[in-house]
Amino acid sequence: MTERYDVLVVGAGPAGLAAAGTAAAHGARVGLLDAQPRAGGQVWRHDVRKNAPRAAREAIAALHGVTLLAQHSVIASEDGALRVEIPQGSTLLTYGALVLATGARELLLPFPGWTLPGVSGAGGLQALTKQGWPVAGKRVVVAGSGPLLLAAAATLRAHGAKLVGIHEQASAESVHAFARQLLHWPARATQAALLRAKLAGVPYRFGSVVRQAHGEDALRLVEIDGAHGTSLVDCDLLAVGYGLVPNVELAQLLGCALDHGHPHPHVQVDELLRTSVPAILAAGEACGIGGLAVARIEGAIAGHMAAGHQDDARALLPERDRARRFGALLARHFAPGARVHALATPQTLICRCEDVPLGALDGYADARDAKLATRCGMGACQGRICGTALAELGRFPRGAGRPPLFPARLATLAGLALSSSDASRSST
Amino acid sequence: MSASVRLQVNGQPVDVPDGATVAAAVAHWTLHFRTSVSGEARAPLCGMGVCFECRVRIDGVAHQRACMTPARDGMQVDSHD
Repeated sequence: MTERYDVLVVGAGPAGLAAAGTAAAHGARVGLLDAQPRAGGQVWRHDVRKNAPRAAREAIAALHGVTLLAQHSVIASEDGALRVEIPQGSTLLTYGALVLATGARELLLPFPGWTLPGVSGAGGLQALTKQGWPVAGKRVVVAGSGPLLLAAAATLRAHGAKLVGIHEQASAESVHAFARQLLHWPARATQAALLRAKLAGVPYRFGSVVRQAHGEDALRLVEIDGAHGTSLVDCDLLAVGYGLVPNVELAQLLGCALDHGHPHPHVQVDELLRTSVPAILAAGEACGIGGLAVARIEGAIAGHMAAGHQDDARALLPERDRARRFGALLARHFAPGARVHALATPQTLICRCEDVPLGALDGYADARDAKLATRCGMGACQGRICGTALAELGRFPRGAGRPPLFPARLATLAGLALSSSDASRSST
Repeated sequence: MSASVRLQVNGQPVDVPDGATVAAAVAHWTLHFRTSVSGEARAPLCGMGVCFECRVRIDGVAHQRACMTPARDGMQVDSHD
């Protein structure tokens, strides 16, 4: 089955919602797809306990003329079309213009004990909790880096978790310098103050790192290296994340150039968000971590561009540039420090899919050699976790991906093989 | 928003709110979602469909990401295959 859209938007978070709504307002026939069952992305993920934020409800309500394609997971690209797996099978989507609003994932870094059940990402536990994960009465340590820790902690507390403490790896000096900069961003300052109020009474420590998680079959306690030495803290759950990294896998598969100037690549775009491939635009976190405000503005810019309204897109550039500066501020003040990079020991599993310890990778200079020799990155996550961690630790950049983008059913892959053999027949 | 769904996790009934995931339902009984290649118990890490640590068997189909799957009435979920 093939469906055709004037504008196809991948990712139904804030950027994708804005892109889809904007393009549809120009009269385009728009498809908005997401692998998740609901629109909202990560930051606006549905919470079983409460209504979505007003901005999210408005963005979703504004989707007149947009076909929302939930539980649609892009598997591969075929001659200007996307092969998409859905619960009932697979489908082929074609487009006049494509907007990549694939967002970001959490930067999850290895340390001894990080594979124990009870240890998850900070945004990870927040997402799980919003969708009903039982945290009421559980003792939770939140750790890692960046303002996401506060947002995650606030969600956990609202769901009844007992917050033992929030441990930010960045130094007090760095966090305070960031806080002073917030004066230039009144909306962000208000948001931060509201979060702190929701977290009244919860210790918030700086220069503090979870070094190790202990337990037999599940987490029992964590070892924290703080400003005043090492301490052991009993807890049921540890939510630890070190910020965000752009999801660039689909862009890469489509042949879009990436900017490799960071430990983690982002999609290279021009001022008007055009990628290096004609008719493909990218917006929001995929183009570099910038946060919610950037995602919403860039989504609108990409929506205007996809619908052929360049002047409308251009009018939003000053606002976008200002919002992007906030992202740069975050990166500067919360970047993981050397202490975080040194947490994993040679015995620590780095590839959780294939259970490959970090020490097994000594002597390999690139991801491909390491993969062939040790199976590191060969599992179901396709190196999204270990490859990203190894890039962050300065070992080697993540290897290039290949289709399928996610593990897919045989029938989907058969559809892929069938249509590509059709294509090769018709071209000969 | 107060509606709930009932499903079976390793043969045990569990009620979760409408809109909850299979991951949430499993966590009511166990944090042992899957067994790693070297025999370790694993539970969800990323919560957003990236890490594949939450894979379980749902209605007989193995390797389904519990965090991506909405809980539905009557589902049969088996963890640590």
